[in-house]
Amino acid sequence: MRQPARWLLALCAGLTLAPLAGSGLAASSATPTTATPAGAVKAPVMTLTVAAFPAVDEIVRASLPAWNALHPEVEVKVVSREVNDHHTAMTTALSTAKGLPDVMALEVGYLGRFAQGSGLQDLSQPPYSLRDDQRRFVAYAFDQATTASGSVLAVPTDIGPGTLLYRTDLLSRAGLRESDLTGSWTGYVDAGIKIKAATGAYLMAHARDMKDILIRTGLQPGEGLYFDKDSRPVVTSPRFVRAFELAREVRRQRLDAKVTAWSADWSEGFKRGTIATQMSGAWLAGHLNNWLAPTTRGKWRAAQLPDGAFAAYGGSFFAMARAGDAQRKPMAWAFIRFITMNRDLQLAAFKTQDAFPALLDAHQDAFYEQPLPFLGGQVARREWRDAASHIRAVPVHKQDAFAREVIDTELDKVLERGKDIPTALADAQRLLALRAHR
Amino acid sequence: MLRLPPFLRLSPRYAPYALLAPFLVLFVVFGIFPLLFSLYLAFHSWEPTSGLGAMHWVGLDNFAFALQDEWFWKSLRNTGWLAVASGLPQHLVAIPLATFLHLGFRRWRNPMVGAWFLPYITSSVAIAILFSSLFSTDYGLINLAIATVREIPLLGALMPNAAVDWLNDPDSLKPAIATIVFWRYVGFNVVLYLAALQTIPVDLYEAATIDGAGRFQQFFHITLPSLRPMILFGVTLSVIGGLQLFEEPFILTGGKGGSDQAGMTAAVYLYRNAFDFNDFGAASAMSWLLFLVVATLTWLTHRAFRRQGD
Repeated sequence: MRQPARWLLALCAGLTLAPLAGSGLAASSATPTTATPAGAVKAPVMTLTVAAFPAVDEIVRASLPAWNALHPEVEVKVVSREVNDHHTAMTTALSTAKGLPDVMALEVGYLGRFAQGSGLQDLSQPPYSLRDDQRRFVAYAFDQATTASGSVLAVPTDIGPGTLLYRTDLLSRAGLRESDLTGSWTGYVDAGIKIKAATGAYLMAHARDMKDILIRTGLQPGEGLYFDKDSRPVVTSPRFVRAFELAREVRRQRLDAKVTAWSADWSEGFKRGTIATQMSGAWLAGHLNNWLAPTTRGKWRAAQLPDGAFAAYGGSFFAMARAGDAQRKPMAWAFIRFITMNRDLQLAAFKTQDAFPALLDAHQDAFYEQPLPFLGGQVARREWRDAASHIRAVPVHKQDAFAREVIDTELDKVLERGKDIPTALADAQRLLALRAHR
Repeated sequence: MLRLPPFLRLSPRYAPYALLAPFLVLFVVFGIFPLLFSLYLAFHSWEPTSGLGAMHWVGLDNFAFALQDEWFWKSLRNTGWLAVASGLPQHLVAIPLATFLHLGFRRWRNPMVGAWFLPYITSSVAIAILFSSLFSTDYGLINLAIATVREIPLLGALMPNAAVDWLNDPDSLKPAIATIVFWRYVGFNVVLYLAALQTIPVDLYEAATIDGAGRFQQFFHITLPSLRPMILFGVTLSVIGGLQLFEEPFILTGGKGGSDQAGMTAAVYLYRNAFDFNDFGAASAMSWLLFLVVATLTWLTHRAFRRQGD
């Protein structure tokens, strides 16, 4: 494309997208060098912009004293937005290649979308050569950032190993043990029936939670969650049928509170003890302890997911834009290495923000052997570490976000309106086929 | 007298252009360019994270996709439903309410109008958060009120048997959104109609009173016909606003459209296509199709309110 046309398009794109994307990105710049008097503390001569979302922004800010001690000449500016707004802003910045941050945080749910384009720097290539450090990271987290062609587009910083949190007091009242929950999926549902009968509490927040975990079990090699390697939808496969059937069984038995995660009813359910279990990332234990339901301290326990399932719930990465400022890239890369490969920083983030480290060096620490008072003194971090070693990365597809919506919608029809499962999945398959190659 | 240096003096011939230039520049930059870019995008496939060079001409493919997309049609149906369910009552309530305020609250009229207008100027986010709490299934005030009324012998029979799952049940979500939109914009229409009512000559009412016309006759034969231009204006705004409904359903459903996409309006869907599903081409094509729908319905509204012989 000719230069004037490119500039015109950039202007148009910026004007169209900027109001939706928020502001504050264009601040990244190499500030002019200032004269340093002999003996004086060096003034920053470069400003790196790190774009992040909560609570990664807090982790970055907390690392700055250590960073400034190493690099007093480099100032780091943190631009923080709510998680959706952040990723929208990153899309906008990559689309026009204007106002790009030097370092961008990415949440795993958005990684697939960004990986489809060519906007991110391939960190497997020199001078970055990230593959040299591959063994230092939790395997599935590194694989999540690796494309089918072998490019590595981001460095993992935290992960969310899946766990089953359950109310031990409710389980006792129903005369059940942990193994009744975790032995098999049907056993889990049966336990829910007993819990409901004995305590009135729901087994889970929403039947959708059941579907979300079951579609992640039994994937064939190379098969993505919703699409195969040739972009064909695979949502009529047995794992979807089983996931829908068990979710429907949960609803039929009235075992779910029909509340969505992060809603007011969801948090009230935890506070009041009306939700007995929650499958989630390990980080939820921290949220429950800190603000969701601190008064329930001691009543919760963590277990591995039922039926030997292992799944990831969330995770964060750091990436660089391919079109980012070439002069600042070496320092941006140094910052990414500093924050993702520094054992002490990773542990500090785990301790303060419940950000489970993706760095394996950080997994060998006494902190993992400490009992968690919120979980009644259980040494749960050890189990989460074990779960992380069993999780396998799932290939991502550009249309995963849409596919998830379609599947959720069809499940709603099954649960709310009695639509039969084969028809629901066939309808989903048809919608996804229409969009698979867009 | 201050005299400008010669290079700053403007010939009267060019003064209008110079004075208009700031507006024109802003209009071209922020009005025309985005519009043209959106049209350009509608004919292209684009992976936005790859930059501007990743655009590929696809002709009418995006429009064909939009017209085949079941969810686009569903979002249009949702939009129509919400536009009628929230828009029509706004006017049916605002006109008699404005008349009542005009006649019955001469001294306290402005504070009353201010109270009705307050929702219009309140932040959408604050409203959505407030109503999320009010519509909560187990702990919301609305279900609590329903439960209280259920205890009253005769009225109780009219109430639902169990707590209504306002924000998760597809059948309840649309009425919940329509209620919020109605609540928010009815005050705006009251202000419009109050302004129009103040322009009706008092003589007409005095003459009608002398002729023996009652309050209802005066309302239907003087007030309503005199309000016709304002009704056309208000309904046109409601049609355009209703078809572009975005904020309330977006925030109330967490930006997802709600269970079974029952709260997904066309504006929410095209936003999601662009920013959630990265399909800017389809989103642009849908926005132009939505524009055609808005233009057609606005034209039909004008025809419906046109006087004979106009």
